[in-house]
Amino acid sequence: MYVAVKGGERAIDAAHALLAEERRGDTAIAELSVAQIREQLRLAVNRVMAEGSLYDPDLAALAIKQARGDLIEAIFLIRAYRTTLPRFGASRPVDTGKMACLRRISATFKDAPGGQVLGPTFDYTHRLLDFKLMAEGGAETAAEAPEPASVDPAPMPHIAEFLNRDGLIETDAPSDAEPGDLTRNPMQLPADRALRMQALTRGDEGFLLSLAYSTQRGYGRTHAFVGELRIGMVEVEMEIPELGFAVTVGEIELTECETVNQFQGSKTEPPQFTKGYGLVFGQSERKAISLSLVDRALRWQELGEEGQGVPAQDQEFVLMHADNVQATGFLEHIKLPHYVDFQSELELIRKLRAEAQAAPARADSPAEETAE
Amino acid sequence: MSTAASAAPADPDQAARQGWIGLLARAPARRLAALFPELPAHEPLRRPETGTVMVRGRLGATGAAFNLGEMTVTRCSLRLASGAVGHAQVQGRNKGHALRAAALDALMQGPEAERLRRQVLDPLAAEEAARRANRAAKAAATKVDFFTMVRGEDS
Repeated sequence: MYVAVKGGERAIDAAHALLAEERRGDTAIAELSVAQIREQLRLAVNRVMAEGSLYDPDLAALAIKQARGDLIEAIFLIRAYRTTLPRFGASRPVDTGKMACLRRISATFKDAPGGQVLGPTFDYTHRLLDFKLMAEGGAETAAEAPEPASVDPAPMPHIAEFLNRDGLIETDAPSDAEPGDLTRNPMQLPADRALRMQALTRGDEGFLLSLAYSTQRGYGRTHAFVGELRIGMVEVEMEIPELGFAVTVGEIELTECETVNQFQGSKTEPPQFTKGYGLVFGQSERKAISLSLVDRALRWQELGEEGQGVPAQDQEFVLMHADNVQATGFLEHIKLPHYVDFQSELELIRKLRAEAQAAPARADSPAEETAE
Repeated sequence: MSTAASAAPADPDQAARQGWIGLLARAPARRLAALFPELPAHEPLRRPETGTVMVRGRLGATGAAFNLGEMTVTRCSLRLASGAVGHAQVQGRNKGHALRAAALDALMQGPEAERLRRQVLDPLAAEEAARRANRAAKAAATKVDFFTMVRGEDS
């Protein structure tokens, strides 16, 4: 039986007013602007764009402000907003080989053409709190003076290309087959690699990090090296029907990771390295590396490897639990009123207890019972 | 500069148009408004409308296409009194940006092209080149110079 209950409106209105007040915090402290969040909390903005699956730094910053810094709530807001927009079409696949790299490193080749460019990294910092940042107004760090002679405008080739020349690593043959889209059709399992990549790149960073870590600790070891990690701007091109040709519609920042993994070879394939791949909106290298490890672990069947029955190799486990908006929705719904469901549980347990309490008496004195 | 060049356009007019459409899409909206404040009289064919474009990548950088995620885009089409038609698809949600880009696309096909190239497109292109060079220089300053320590047994 479903019983409609009214009466929460006033409390809900008051709760939302309180939420707004708490969001603002101490009014003696200047209010954060969306532009400040966009510029100064860039990595939070990047995460909301990646997992919200919508590249728009202003909207992501607004969502972070509205969600009081709760990034999963902000991601939820972006996902909801996205559904209100019409889709004009799909871009051509971005060419990450032409990326204007801000960072590009390889853990496998020291002398890679284009060099090891560290970019704005936390690596090699001492992880000591910098109290200079607490001093308001001051603490402006001057940009390091670049040496013009060292600027190399030539595009940086992908590191995998060098291994490719000797056939030492698998190649990904280009294909323009229309990829599946889980925002249009519910995901069907088993999902192909393209669909898995879409699910993973919008998946929860923490979940993917833990799964990737589990493979490193032995739950589906694939022995990954970071062949290459690059962060930079790429142009997005799209065919415009009215024009009859493709034009650039904008530029986005991406993080790309390619791992080089061991492979024993099979009856048909000589031994060669295999690859894991990750591509993420914004600067998000922890996510990109995690994605590469999980992508590689999920490829065990197509590479003819033996399944080890570990979580990272289990498509259903990985893909059905990676989305933090879905997970939050289902997890948190249990805090909403379940009075009627619970009432029926309560009645059931009272009945069971009454039966259980009556039963021993019967078991202990069968004679009596038959006598009755 | 633009990777749109990889589309190998058949004629130079098309290549030029691809060039300015891309430049206008990448330009900061505020800068475009400062350089081109007055919109010419026009008839709207498609009023500015914000939507998304699904951005695609390739598995392993070179393989099969996959859906990476969407980006916001605003599009607009208009016709000038001269009959020239302009189109725009620009990143973000700024309707003024799309309107100006579409108007310039139409104007660049007419007699005012030379003046607008000097007054609007050239400054935008120079500023973009400077922005990119600045970023590239800052990245280059973080490039590692390896050196090998001389080991005892080698000397």
